[in-house]
Amino acid sequence: MEQHTTYTDITHDDSHGGGKKEIWKVTIILSVLTVVELALGFWMMDMQDDSLEKHVVKGVIVILMLAKAFYIVGYFMHLKHEIRNFIMTVVVPMGLFVWFIIAFLSDGNSFKNLRNEYNKEYVRRTTQPSPLVKTEESEKKEEKKGGQE
Amino acid sequence: MSTTTATATSPKYWGGGRSPFNVEYGKVMMWYFLMSDAFTFGAFLIAYGTTRFSANGWPNPNEVFQSYPGGTHAPLVFVSIMTFILIISSVTMVLAVQAGHNMNRRGVVINLVLTILGGLAFLSCQAWEWTHLFHEGAWWGRNPFPNSNGSLGHQDFTNFFFTITGFHGFHVFSGVVINVVMLIMTLSGVFDKRGHYLMIEKAGLYWHFVDLVWVFVFTCFYLI
Repeated sequence: MEQHTTYTDITHDDSHGGGKKEIWKVTIILSVLTVVELALGFWMMDMQDDSLEKHVVKGVIVILMLAKAFYIVGYFMHLKHEIRNFIMTVVVPMGLFVWFIIAFLSDGNSFKNLRNEYNKEYVRRTTQPSPLVKTEESEKKEEKKGGQE
Repeated sequence: MSTTTATATSPKYWGGGRSPFNVEYGKVMMWYFLMSDAFTFGAFLIAYGTTRFSANGWPNPNEVFQSYPGGTHAPLVFVSIMTFILIISSVTMVLAVQAGHNMNRRGVVINLVLTILGGLAFLSCQAWEWTHLFHEGAWWGRNPFPNSNGSLGHQDFTNFFFTITGFHGFHVFSGVVINVVMLIMTLSGVFDKRGHYLMIEKAGLYWHFVDLVWVFVFTCFYLI
């Protein structure tokens, strides 16, 4: 009998958060974050590759991306209104990503540095304009380069 | 009654006779499945990031993805439409779940139909984009787009693009199929007979996860 009541507790539990108001609030937040991301994306287009400011803008975009993920998981997927123990079983394993990202990206970077140091042919092939690249694009490139110099 | 049990002291959750997480079994399992799926997508995206970090040159996404049906030279425009379609379909899914909470069958049906339409719209956009890129010469193993420094395009650019957006598109497709099944079950009154619409919540979790993954894919491929 006890089991029966708890089952109905779960199925009809409307105690935790929600409401139409919250849905619309989160929708607006997600839309605004997306618009800001897009604005940054458009703004970033004219910046030079590998310049500090471009990296900073990319960092800001990643932070906004994580904010969007938080709102989707927390409110749309309702995780914020679940019991703390349950939240932890989902969120704590995600902490592995911190290590994954740091380890793998730095490994990629190290591979780049090693190849650039020991394989000069590779450097030439990957950093200089290729004659095989379509003329239309290379013309555009030249125009851009001319503008920067 | 429900509030008193929900605010019970924590040892009682593990005292037996009730769900210690106050979540239905199927929903817990859906969460853990999505967690494993998150690691799959995470592995894909980290592999992409590692390759990009190891490369001297990479195609400029603003030059590759600058087309929309009937035009070109509009970077980010088409993909932002796709993003908004997915966000809106996520909202209608939340509304469907909420209607289910209130046992409002009509509300569930309307919002599920809207969600399905959103999913189909997204898939159509993706189909158009893939076809367009294919006609430009891009496919697995073929990259016609030069790196932004003018050197020959990195081969893995298209490999990662088609693999990851394809895997995501497959998730959208299966999400649409799940939602269609939910719609049929709702229309035939299965949930009313059952006394609850919990199944819609599980389908909803999956659908939101699809939206969540797109947030990452969109940022990693089109913006950065």
